[in-house]
Amino acid sequence: MNVLELAEKLNLKVISGNEGLSNEITGGYASDLLSDVIGHADAGNIWITLQTHKNVMAIASLKDLAAVVFVNNLQPEDDMADQSNEENIPVLVSSDPAFTINGKIYQLIN
Amino acid sequence: MFMNFEFNVEGGNFTKAGTASSQVKKILKQLNVDSKVIKRVVVALYEAEVNIVAHAWSGKALINISTDRIDLKLTDEGPGIPDIELAMQQGYSTASSAVREMGFGAGMGLSNIKNNCDELEITSEVGIGTVVQMAIYLNTK
Repeated sequence: MNVLELAEKLNLKVISGNEGLSNEITGGYASDLLSDVIGHADAGNIWITLQTHKNVMAIASLKDLAAVVFVNNLQPEDDMADQSNEENIPVLVSSDPAFTINGKIYQLIN
Repeated sequence: MFMNFEFNVEGGNFTKAGTASSQVKKILKQLNVDSKVIKRVVVALYEAEVNIVAHAWSGKALINISTDRIDLKLTDEGPGIPDIELAMQQGYSTASSAVREMGFGAGMGLSNIKNNCDELEITSEVGIGTVVQMAIYLNTK
């Protein structure tokens, strides 16, 4: 499943990184600790988090992640969207809290 | 093949954290280095870079790529590490609360480094700075 299909099925708002909407999703990783993500996420994962600063994009890029999903309607900090566009890694926003959106994504991609 | 690269790492500036790692990743990709090796380099270098940003005042990353190994040496001017053994323990961190709120400072950085290096040596002098030397072999199989 690619990022656009997932966003449409789960009603996620695409904030930035439109060029990356065709990125294929291989799995997911949910964490708010950056070292946990850099150490354990795999290429192609969709990352669910409440961290909304620029370093999230740096990590998503270094790990070749498919997309980033913010929980609870959180919005990205200003400079983050720019980097998302440059890296072609979409930032999506969910109105659900982490547990709920993690469950929905898990069901959809497994 | 024998190549050297040097990057400055700015202490305290989180907007630039990961710049060296990103550049090195691009270089290694261009050199067709095995993707598993690139992944290990990226994790180890990013963590070492972030440690300088989070704890030190300034630093630099020296990257040496040869036919059989990649050597990464990160040298900083900073507070130093009084007890390296303690700092190596998973979960131990001296990061500020502001840094922790960003999701850094979970005390996982040095274990990530250890897990992704074939050689690791850390030397430090309190009040002067820290040197982290890492090596990742290119032909592990």
